Amino acid sequence: MKILTALLAGLLFGVGLIVSGMANPSKVLGFLDLAGNWDPSLAFVMGGALLVGSIVFPFAARRSRSLLGEVMHLPSSTKIDGRLMLGGLTFGVGWGLAGYCPGPALVSLTYGGAKPWLFFVAMLAGMLLFEILERMQTKPRKQTA
Amino acid sequence: MTIDWTHFTPWASLFGGLLIGTAAALFVLLNGRIAGISGIVGGLLRPSQGDMAWRIAFIAGMVGAPLAYSLTLPLPPVQVDAQASVLIAAGLLVGIGTRYGSGCTSGHGICGLSRRSPRSMAATLAFMLAGFATVYVARHWLS
Repeated sequence: MKILTALLAGLLFGVGLIVSGMANPSKVLGFLDLAGNWDPSLAFVMGGALLVGSIVFPFAARRSRSLLGEVMHLPSSTKIDGRLMLGGLTFGVGWGLAGYCPGPALVSLTYGGAKPWLFFVAMLAGMLLFEILERMQTKPRKQTA
Repeated sequence: MTIDWTHFTPWASLFGGLLIGTAAALFVLLNGRIAGISGIVGGLLRPSQGDMAWRIAFIAGMVGAPLAYSLTLPLPPVQVDAQASVLIAAGLLVGIGTRYGSGCTSGHGICGLSRRSPRSMAATLAFMLAGFATVYVARHWLS
């Protein structure tokens, strides 16, 4: 059941991205171009999503189990550190360069030709690099001991 | 600043946003998970048992969305201006940045702000400012 609901949630999320215009990188860049000919549409995407989200999420956060009986996996960290901010800034630069963030890139794989694939594979490589760097850091350094 | 009235789509964008919010709301209510795309994709690179199928299902739903959409309506045109080298650089930055920053536009921007998480507010501020600054430099300084 939770596999089916995950599939449907992903489908609805993807359709929402297409309807809203976020799956179109030139529209995303039009929003990020404050100093140029500015297209405010994406503020409305955010507004619409937050309208629903801000009603449902506080309610969901009070539950200990989901409606399907799954354990709730909500982030508990409240630490605002360099990792979070530098990560956010790095992501923002990449977002501003091409107009793709992870969701629209996924949606575009079957719809935007070869270019989103270039972005997507590079994004996976970036994520893999993160995993490798993380594993190198957490592994105890026996040689130096 | 001038407003680009020809491309401005307040109603479609608001409606699309409502759909995205509904998807994220259903996902947290039913599955108890945050609909954060970078986290869902990134988690596949850290395989653990029982944690893969729902990720693949969610991603399959997103990848299949254009097919479902095209059954009822013609897909809207998309335009990718970036060249191959820029797309690759952008992908690398987005991949590594979203994992260090623990989220992207969906996880921090939609779910996190909905939860009123200070961490997500800070991250959203960071990637929005960096996005604005990058487009400013690319469009108004370099070209």
